[in-house]
Amino acid sequence: MQTFDLGKEGLRALNSSLHALKGQTNMTKWEVINPKGAHAIAAGVDANVEITVRGSTGYYCAGMNKQATILIKGSAGPGVAENMMSGTVIIDGDASQYAGATGRGGLLVIKGNASSRCGISMKGIDIVVHGNIGHMSAFMAQSGNLVVLGNAGEALGDSLYEARLFVRGSVKSLGADCIEKEMRPEHYELLEKLLKAGEADAKAKPEQFRRYGSARKLYNFNIDNASAY
Amino acid sequence: MCGIVGLFLKDPKLEPQLGALLTDMLITMTDRGPDSAGIAIYSSAGKGLGKITVQSANPDADFANLDGDLKEALGAPVALLVKSTHAVIEVPIGQLDAARSAIAHLRPAVKVMSSGENIEIFKEVGLPKDVASRFGVAKMGGTHGIGHTRMATESAVTTMGAHPFSTGADQCLVHNGSLSNHNGVRRELRRQGMSFETENDTEVAAAFISHKLKQGEALGAALESTLTDLDGFFTFVVGTHNGFGVVRDPIACKPAVMAETDEYVAFGSEYRALVNLPGIENARVWEPEPATVYFWER
Repeated sequence: MQTFDLGKEGLRALNSSLHALKGQTNMTKWEVINPKGAHAIAAGVDANVEITVRGSTGYYCAGMNKQATILIKGSAGPGVAENMMSGTVIIDGDASQYAGATGRGGLLVIKGNASSRCGISMKGIDIVVHGNIGHMSAFMAQSGNLVVLGNAGEALGDSLYEARLFVRGSVKSLGADCIEKEMRPEHYELLEKLLKAGEADAKAKPEQFRRYGSARKLYNFNIDNASAY
Repeated sequence: MCGIVGLFLKDPKLEPQLGALLTDMLITMTDRGPDSAGIAIYSSAGKGLGKITVQSANPDADFANLDGDLKEALGAPVALLVKSTHAVIEVPIGQLDAARSAIAHLRPAVKVMSSGENIEIFKEVGLPKDVASRFGVAKMGGTHGIGHTRMATESAVTTMGAHPFSTGADQCLVHNGSLSNHNGVRRELRRQGMSFETENDTEVAAAFISHKLKQGEALGAALESTLTDLDGFFTFVVGTHNGFGVVRDPIACKPAVMAETDEYVAFGSEYRALVNLPGIENARVWEPEPATVYFWER
């Protein structure tokens, strides 16, 4: 276990040590202490390592993550796991705005609540939120899955493309072109896997969820709407 | 950007440390707003006394014998404490308005930063650490306080353009964001008798709330009406003689984190600003909801 005191050694030293881990490494377990809400902790890691952050983080923790498993033992600030490519990020507390934004792959688990714009423009990431999500979540989400055990705020899935949204609780309102869709057997199967991966299978069952997706009405220009522009 | 910090103490034991805690929080927010910084701090002047904080570009000339001149004009005791470019003037509470008029007459170049029973405001251009040290903020005690680090967008980097803005007795407001309808609202408020020192959008928000309070609205209701009448991006933190309030616009792009313990309620633009507060490990930490008014009064 490599223990890194962020208060003493600083962010640049941490991230350059983590960036240096390429391919095979013996240093597979890392612990970051005294994060104190610092920005960009463990951003840009590209190695199969496990990094535990003991405390709450600021902007962009685990951004662009590839391969790594990053565990945040606190809450995360705005843009956690933004543009994640692969790997896993698990947050014990809450996540601030735009968690998992533009994520292309991997798994983001938020055990508390996520605030506004969770999964905005997601492009393949899977996000499992044990609590609630805020307004404008999954805005223009292109692919991947967003699973919410609690409630969703206003304008869920506005201008949605092909991401799948599963919400167990209430949805305050659906955004433009987002509709409720039928749960088919493959969706129950998918949800079962996602709940398990997201450490939420003890809390929720697939049949408790509703599915939301794109009505696909905004995909193409509609000549009948020409006068509206 | 801009950074906001705020601290409302519930436990009187922390009161002597208010300035020190706020200074640390303010300096942590330097990279959100290195242009200028300011702080509003609430502490009682003593029974029957009120205070006016004034600022001058030529403090040596303007503050020389200001207490003597003011005493003569008012026929009442006056205490003057000079702190760099600012000075705090104590007068009997009933003489606050008379003192303001007298200052305007005696020292026309002097600007009034705040006036009231408890409030003092210190603000200047420069890095937060320099601003805090020139006024000795860390040594100040009090019941609650609000600080701001500014990255200017809507008006020039000047002392008067720095936050907090005070537009009513013991009231102040700081802002992260930018308002788009401030010119229209300012025109309307001017018609209703409010006066303005700057072209700044935040001053309009402060005056908007002061105007509502003047009309007899409660702090919560006044904050509520910012959601319908002010257009733009905002996280506001406001102070009154006994209260502390927070409101964010419905889009809520501008960050905000709050923490509450039995000892205090704290606000920070980022969690970083709160990490050195006593007992933060066990505080309830949350992100204030969009379009939701929060306030605490003692």
